[in-house]
Amino acid sequence: MDKKFPTVEIDMTTCKGCAMCIENCPPKVLKFSTEFNTLGYQYAHYTGSGCTGCEACFYACPEPGAVKVIKEVKIKQKTTAGASA
Amino acid sequence: MEQTKIVTKSKPTGFYENFDRKVGKDKKTTHYCPGCSHGIVQKLVAEAMVDLGIQDRTIFISPVGCSVFSYYYLDAGNIQAPHGRAPAVATGAARARPDSIVISYQGDGDLAAIGTSEILHAANRGENMTVIFVNNAIYGMTGGQMAPTTLVSQKTLTSPAGRLVENDGFPIRMAEIISSLGAPTYVERTACTDSKNIMRTRKAIRKGLQLQIDKKGFSFIEILSACPTNWKMTPKDSVQWIKENLEPYFKLGVLKDISDTREARSRSQPIFDPATVFGVLGLKKEEKQAVRTSKFAGERRLKIAGFGGQGALTAGALIAEAGMNEGLHTSWIPSYGPEMRGGTANCSVIISDKRVGTPIVTTSDVLIAMNGPSLDAFENDVVKNGLIIVNSSMISRKVARTDVRVVYVPLTEIASELGLKAMANSVAVGVFLQHEKILERKTVCDVLTTSLKKQSALELNFKAIDAGMTFKEGQKKGITQ
Repeated sequence: MDKKFPTVEIDMTTCKGCAMCIENCPPKVLKFSTEFNTLGYQYAHYTGSGCTGCEACFYACPEPGAVKVIKEVKIKQKTTAGASA
Repeated sequence: MEQTKIVTKSKPTGFYENFDRKVGKDKKTTHYCPGCSHGIVQKLVAEAMVDLGIQDRTIFISPVGCSVFSYYYLDAGNIQAPHGRAPAVATGAARARPDSIVISYQGDGDLAAIGTSEILHAANRGENMTVIFVNNAIYGMTGGQMAPTTLVSQKTLTSPAGRLVENDGFPIRMAEIISSLGAPTYVERTACTDSKNIMRTRKAIRKGLQLQIDKKGFSFIEILSACPTNWKMTPKDSVQWIKENLEPYFKLGVLKDISDTREARSRSQPIFDPATVFGVLGLKKEEKQAVRTSKFAGERRLKIAGFGGQGALTAGALIAEAGMNEGLHTSWIPSYGPEMRGGTANCSVIISDKRVGTPIVTTSDVLIAMNGPSLDAFENDVVKNGLIIVNSSMISRKVARTDVRVVYVPLTEIASELGLKAMANSVAVGVFLQHEKILERKTVCDVLTTSLKKQSALELNFKAIDAGMTFKEGQKKGITQ
C-alpha cells in the first residue's frame, strides 16, 4: 500500500449491494465481495489502493451511512486578522 | 511544511444516528430497495440542511408513497401529509411558522396524479417553499402500477401491454407545466443517474433551499429517479434506462429561473391571539375549560333529521356543544344534500361519559323527525324503548312502532306562534331536554348566547326552548302563557 489517505470504508453490514458506488467510482477501486452480509446482499468493498477521495461513491450510495470517505486536506493558512472571528 | 488535517465524509448529521422508529431489528439502513434514488436524494437533502444551517427550522413534509416514512430518517421537523396534499400541508406549515424552511417531498403518483391540484395551486400562489419531485414513472409503494408519468408503451402492472396513448394519454411533464406559471421562481429537472447528474441534483436542491432562505418564493426540482424493483431491472440497468428512455422525453435542465430579478418577500406574520381570531370569526371567547358538571352516565345516540333550513343540523350542534360544555364527550356529524334550502338533512350526535369512537349513528336512542320523510327514513333505526320526537305540524301519520316512546309536538306551529318559524329546532331541543334529562337548560342557553348569529332572536330562542320543555301532549299549543 503506497498511501494511507485518501481511503474509503464501506460498512459491510448496511450495504445493500446495489453497485452504484462501484459503477460511479472513477479509478474503479471498488469491487463486489464474494460473500453475503447479514442483510443478504453481496456487499461492495475497497480493493485497498487507488482511492482519490473524489467522494463519487459517497453521493452515489443510496444508504445514509454505508460509505465513508476519509482524506487528508491541507489547512489553509489564514491571515491573522479575522482568523479567529 | 504545510499543515494537514484528516476529514471524513460520512453519514450527514441531517439523518438520525439510529432509525429508532423503523420497524424491525435493523435500525441503521433505510427501508428503500437497493438502488432506489430516494436514498440518494434524501442524503443530499440531509447534507444540505446541515451545510445551510437550517436543520433546526426545517419542516420536511413526507408524502404518501415509498418515502412515506421519511420521518424515520431525517432529523428535522416532520409532518406526514395525506396522499398528494404535501404542498397544501407545506403551505399551512409555512404560514403558521414564517421562519421555517418547508420541503414538500413527493413522488410522481403523489404529485402528478392525486395531488395535481395542490401542487399547481401552491406553485401558482408562489408559496415560499421547496418542492422536491422524485419522478420514477411508476407507482412504487403499491407494486408498480402505471403513473401519469409512465412513458408511452412502458409496461407496468396496470399497463401490461405498455401504456397506450389512446387509452391513457401522454406522460405529464410536470416541470414544464409548473414553469409555465407566473409565480414560480426556479424550476429545474435533474436525474439521479451518474456522478455528474447526482452533483447537479445536489446543486439544484441547495439552490432551491437557498432561495427559500432568501425568501424568493417557489422552487421546484424534478428528479428523474430509478425504481429497479418495479422496473424489474438491476440498479445499473435502471440508470441506463433513465438515460435512454426517460431523459429523451423528460429533458434535463433549468426550465425557469427568475431568482435574480425576483424580490425577496417575507411571509406575513400569523395571528394566534385567541381574542383576535375569535373576533374575526364573530365569536365570543370565554376563557374557561369544560369541567364535568353533568352526572349523566352512559351514552345517548341521536338522529335529528328534517328539510334543509329547518335547523336539524344546528339543533344537533347545539346539543353536542352543550354536552361538551358540561364536560361530556360528544360528536356531531352532518349529512346533507347539495341544496341550501329544501333538500333533506340530518345529523348524528353522540353524547357519552366516555370517549366516543365512531361518530356514525346507525341505531339511535333518540330520533327528532322534523318532517315526514325523516320519520319514514329513520323510524326503524330507533332502539327499543328509544324516544321519537315527531313534529306533528308537518307529519300527519302516527309512529307505526309500539316498542318506543313517542312525543307528538307541533314544533313548527309553536315556533310560529312565538313569532319565528325558524325556531322549530329550538322547540325540539326543549322537548329533548325535558324527556331525556341529560343536559341543563342553562348550558344550552349559554351556547346559544355565544353561537347564535342573529343575537336579536336570542330571547325568542330561550322562549322556544322553554315552550318545548313545558309542552304536554294533549295541549293544543305549547305556550304556557
